[in-house]
Amino acid sequence: MDVLPILIDWLPYLLSGIVSTLGLVLVALGLGVLLGLPMALGQVYGARPIRWVVGVYVWFFRGLPILVLLFLFWFGIFPAIGLGHLSAFVVGAVVLGLRGAAYQSQIFRGAIQSVGEGQMIAARSLGMSRLTAIRSVILPQAMRIALPGWSNEYPNILTDSAVCYAIGVVELLTITSRIVTQTHITIPIYLAAAGIFIVLNYGGLKLLHGLEKRIAIPGFGTGAM
Amino acid sequence: MNDNDIVLKVEEIYKSFGDTEVLRGVSFDVRRGETKVFIGPSGTGKSTLLRCINQLTIPDRGRVWLDGEEVTNSGARINYFRQKIGMVFQNFFLFDHLTALKNVELALLKVKGMGKAEAREKALTELRQVGMEDWADHYPAELSGGQAQRVSIARALAMDPDVILFDEPTSALDPELTREVLEVMKKLARNGMTMLVVTHEMGFACSVANEVLFMENGVVAEQGPPDLLLNDPRFTRMKDFIGRIDSRMDD
Ligand SMILES: Nc1ncnc2c1ncn2[C@@H]1O[C@H](COP(=O)(O)OP(=O)(O)O)[C@@H](O)[C@H]1O
Ligand SMILES: [Mg+2]
Repeated sequence: MDVLPILIDWLPYLLSGIVSTLGLVLVALGLGVLLGLPMALGQVYGARPIRWVVGVYVWFFRGLPILVLLFLFWFGIFPAIGLGHLSAFVVGAVVLGLRGAAYQSQIFRGAIQSVGEGQMIAARSLGMSRLTAIRSVILPQAMRIALPGWSNEYPNILTDSAVCYAIGVVELLTITSRIVTQTHITIPIYLAAAGIFIVLNYGGLKLLHGLEKRIAIPGFGTGAM
Repeated sequence: MNDNDIVLKVEEIYKSFGDTEVLRGVSFDVRRGETKVFIGPSGTGKSTLLRCINQLTIPDRGRVWLDGEEVTNSGARINYFRQKIGMVFQNFFLFDHLTALKNVELALLKVKGMGKAEAREKALTELRQVGMEDWADHYPAELSGGQAQRVSIARALAMDPDVILFDEPTSALDPELTREVLEVMKKLARNGMTMLVVTHEMGFACSVANEVLFMENGVVAEQGPPDLLLNDPRFTRMKDFIGRIDSRMDD
């Protein structure tokens, strides 16, 4: 049996998986920033109860295997709170995002804490409110410090996203195994899927490193200079 | 302007950290245009005193008045007073992500609410004052310590403060760079800026200070005009101390 023509026939279908895989990743990354950054701020500047809540959140989402989280939300939590009608894609993206937020919050927190305390003191000495100082002085520095570590979340979430296969999200891995079932060709199809993951991985990191270079500033160790 | 016009009044400041009494009742008045120099062994609370004046550290007791308005217990109005009380730090604390120009502009934009063009103009004027306008587009990491300190002085000046607090502004600098910063400070003093300066630069103190205050164990132990302090036999502790820093410098 000649594999190559079959592979080429199925390639468009395989590539269509990229859309939903990248969709999962982008939603998850975005949600991760949207939730992770305020969580980090809460942990650094917040009152004790806030720090405690964030701590518990991080402990929970980092403590459980991704598959357990996925099943927990898909079969348990979302149906229980009346969101059982959500599509597998949405649930997958949200769970990846909630988990990403836990990891990303710690990246942001470390970055915020690594900004020298003199920066806040100088800002306050000029009459800036704490909020203004955080927004105009601390965060612009912290984000630059965080970016290299944050960039690593992209390949992490990309590879994790394949787990959404388990709840039936039609992403790259799901499509790959469907093709395998149809064609009974195993290794070449999985290799093709692996190739796509690698390209996505490499391409995304390349973009992120480009961003690091763009916002690099003399004296800031973004590693991209 | 009235020479006796008191711009800053510091009354009976006390501050403890845990069991350590760092400030034990410090009082003094500062007249407009005056330069006061604070000297004393490290750990006697000089930095704490300066930080109590602009409430970066909240004193346990005592009051601070700026132009007749109470700075202590001023709640959210403290951000208004801090604009009028500039501060220059030993380690500069320039905003590391901003160019020299943007360092000076930032508080003009975010605190004073100045427009972009006006803030830029003002920032350039202040950088010119300290001889740093040619370095406007450089980042802190690209500046020498002396240059960075001059930018931080420009940043404080830009707010048009009534008084500037200098906390060992040259202690992190080698002698060459120390000189360029002291030159700028002397110029400010000549131009009538009111300054409180913690420093061990006795040359600066003698040539610029209206009064030298010697702090020891959380109180002002001796104070007076520099020529008097150096020549009058009554001021023995301060002279001992100065002798010690001089001999250390000769090492
Ligand atoms: N935030 C703080 N917490 C606890 N102790 C402090 C703090 N700031 C200063 N101190 C202590 O107060 C004393 C005086 O410090 P400081 O004002 O920096 O003295 P100086 O500037 O004269 O060297 C020192 O013993 C220092 O350890
Ligand atoms: Mg000090």
